[in-house]
Amino acid sequence: MISLLWLIPALPLAGFLLLALCGGRLSRHHIAWVGCGSVGTAAVTTALVAADFFRGFPTRESYQQTLWNWIDTSGMTVGISWNLDALSLLMVTVITGIGFLIHLYSAEYMAHDDDYARFFAYMNLFVAAMLTLVLADNLLLLYLGWEGVGLCSYLLIGFWYREPEYGTAAQKAFIVTRIGDTALAIGLFILFTQFKTLSIQQVQSLATEAWPVGSNLAMIVAVLFLIGAVGKSAQLPLQVWLPDAMAGPTPVSALIHAATMVTAGVYLIARMHHLFELAPMVQEGIAVLGLVTLLLAATSALVQQDIKRVLAYSTMSQIGYMFLALGVGAWSAALFHFLTHSCFKALLFLAAGSVIHSLHHEQNIFKMGGLRRHLPWTFWTFLIGAAAMSGVPLITSGFYSKDWILWSVWSSPLSHRWIWFGALLGAMLTGLYSFRLIFRVFFGEVRTQPTSESGLAMRLPLLVLAFLALTVGFLEMPHTLGNITLFSHYLSHALPTTALLPGMEESSEVREQLAVTVAALLGIGLAALLFLPGSLFGARRTDQSTTHPSMTLLQGGWGFDRLYDRLFVRPWFAITRNSSDMVDRGYEWLAVCAESCHGWLSHTQTGQVRWYAASIAVGTLMLLGLFAM
Amino acid sequence: MLSTPALVLAIILFGLGLIGLLSRRNILYMLLSLEIMLNAAALAFIAGGARWGQVDGEIMFLFILTLAAAEVSVALGIVLQLSYRFRTLDADAFCEMRG
Amino acid sequence: MEVLFYIAAAVTVLATLRVITHVHAVHALLYLVVALIALSLIFYLLGAQFAAALEIIIYGGAIMVLFIFVVMLLGPLAVEQERTWLSPSAWVGPSILALVLLGEVGYLIASGDHPTMAVTEPRQKAISIALYGPYIIGVELASMLLLPGLIGAYHLGRRLSSEARSC
Repeated sequence: MISLLWLIPALPLAGFLLLALCGGRLSRHHIAWVGCGSVGTAAVTTALVAADFFRGFPTRESYQQTLWNWIDTSGMTVGISWNLDALSLLMVTVITGIGFLIHLYSAEYMAHDDDYARFFAYMNLFVAAMLTLVLADNLLLLYLGWEGVGLCSYLLIGFWYREPEYGTAAQKAFIVTRIGDTALAIGLFILFTQFKTLSIQQVQSLATEAWPVGSNLAMIVAVLFLIGAVGKSAQLPLQVWLPDAMAGPTPVSALIHAATMVTAGVYLIARMHHLFELAPMVQEGIAVLGLVTLLLAATSALVQQDIKRVLAYSTMSQIGYMFLALGVGAWSAALFHFLTHSCFKALLFLAAGSVIHSLHHEQNIFKMGGLRRHLPWTFWTFLIGAAAMSGVPLITSGFYSKDWILWSVWSSPLSHRWIWFGALLGAMLTGLYSFRLIFRVFFGEVRTQPTSESGLAMRLPLLVLAFLALTVGFLEMPHTLGNITLFSHYLSHALPTTALLPGMEESSEVREQLAVTVAALLGIGLAALLFLPGSLFGARRTDQSTTHPSMTLLQGGWGFDRLYDRLFVRPWFAITRNSSDMVDRGYEWLAVCAESCHGWLSHTQTGQVRWYAASIAVGTLMLLGLFAM
Repeated sequence: MLSTPALVLAIILFGLGLIGLLSRRNILYMLLSLEIMLNAAALAFIAGGARWGQVDGEIMFLFILTLAAAEVSVALGIVLQLSYRFRTLDADAFCEMRG
Repeated sequence: MEVLFYIAAAVTVLATLRVITHVHAVHALLYLVVALIALSLIFYLLGAQFAAALEIIIYGGAIMVLFIFVVMLLGPLAVEQERTWLSPSAWVGPSILALVLLGEVGYLIASGDHPTMAVTEPRQKAISIALYGPYIIGVELASMLLLPGLIGAYHLGRRLSSEARSC
């Protein structure tokens, strides 16, 4: 059964090929079947493979499968080869499982779109590329998947390409992530020149042998990989593309820009953890970067008007938590937060899509309100998602994962106290912005009349995801509550366990957990106070009073767009507009030369056959003369 | 042996053909001159073949013959076209491709 | 032997000179035919009997007939020359040169003096074997050249007829 591994990426790829080649000739019904079916069968295959994998699990930690040699030259052999271990199996399960639910949802959500086949073709291609990324045995194949998901992200953000704005957003996402991709490619080149191999296992074991901790090359490669990860995962300073990426259809935002692709950076760092352990300074940098991003995104999410932009900033913020965990060496905690996050964030996006669907594509939360009674299904599932994101204690998965991260930050030898306080502030802000959304959209008076609740194909994924968002957390419970360690035990076969400071006891863990709980509840309470209609300040803040300069600053994501515009875009345009620079002059001179030569030569083109015959004769004579000499 | 005088004859014929090609403006005469030049080349091959007692010279003659047949059939078609379009056979009049 | 060659060569050069200097197309063609026949005799004298035969059949026959057809088709352009074509003086020059060649051929037949250039079977065999052995690629290329020649001539002629009809 485990030998069916190759089918997992092959099935979505086959679906893509089928839809791309003859999507125009299939009916909508068949397109939906092909699109969802390919990912669905991939999910079933994953389940079969996983069952087989677990049967021999503790003794067999990983399974390799080589299909064929992709590149075979002297000195470099790269195979299409898959590697299944605890880490990649987790990723594959999330990608195919949540991917299938989102495909099912889109079958109804996109039902009235003209380019139905194109949408599913892109989505299937994305799933195939993402699976290639996480299953790849070598870094080049990983890079293929990495670029593949970037391409699909571009295609899907610009899916409604007739709107010029959306096309611009797609280009922005592509170009900004390209900076990270280039850095990653350079990192690959350095690794290859050093070790003459790109196999992930070999590179890491060779690096551990050859490079001492903190050596220059290790630092450089780690920084380059970090830039790659930062670009893909929308962390500071390459975070500017994610809010604009919401131009794509909502299922795309759920699948690519929340659940899977943006966490590729987290996967990359976790996969290359040996390398990052050789560069402690870079690892510390990851933690600080994650913290800054999570605070910055959380404050921006507080003031957004577009429901999808709020969720986009919250995604950045939650991935910031994952980076924070990676930075302090809590690998399993980061992956656990990835798991819970992809459940509740996919849920939130799909529920938001349901709201947008029923409001005729209205996305401004100031024009929403009172949807609680009209869209009960959407309301309850959205509430569960928001509760999980803010980390409502005991019952939601978000609490367990966030608590684990904060506990690791508190107790890790790589961390500082102020980082923990920053993360705690972030937890409070998370509660604040999630419930601001709930109170704005589902409470108060109705501002836009909704149509009826959406159909079964959209409701079913919401229900399943809501169930997961509540229960996934029980896979791993702290010492103080139940002490279940299924997840960390499982991942300990692929990732090192978290180091703890000596003297960290359970009493301090209880105190730390209380702090997290209080922070989350404080955020929710503040939200109720500020935004719930009929509460203390809720009534006065219904208008769109965003004229204050600090509000505009926050709305623009702390003005990074404007900063980059000033720093890079405008100087670049100024340089290109300057027509009198030396380089141009040189090329112009070449052009003038060519033009005058052309002028002379064209005089010989008299159009008279006899002239040509004579020139051939003369040329032949000259050649004969040359040979005679 | 006759090979050397035959080669001299070939050179003379080729030169005459070339002179005709360059001096005549009537496109029909230019084609006739081309035929003369082709024949001169063929003669050179035959002379070479006779000198060495090989059959290759005659085979080359066969190829030249084929070439001439194909060339003449197309060239005469073009001559007819040109004469109908331009109402003249003056080769210098067909100079629309002047650079 | 050598005398025969030089006479034939002189006939060729003279006829060729007349070809490139004559003002009347049909006269030039007549001289060209004579030049080709003289050349054919030279081929024969050089021992290439097969080439000599082909020279007369294909060059002097087929290709020259094509030229004459075209000259006839170009009638309107050459109509003022019509009268001069009929004058007996046009035939005098080519006839004299052709008679010289006839004399040569007659002498050759009468003397029976062609030791080196008897029609020998092995030589023709060798040509055929070489043509379909080492030169097979050349034969293929020649056939590939003839096919576009055929199509090109057909195409050019067809467009001409349709346009001429529409005029």
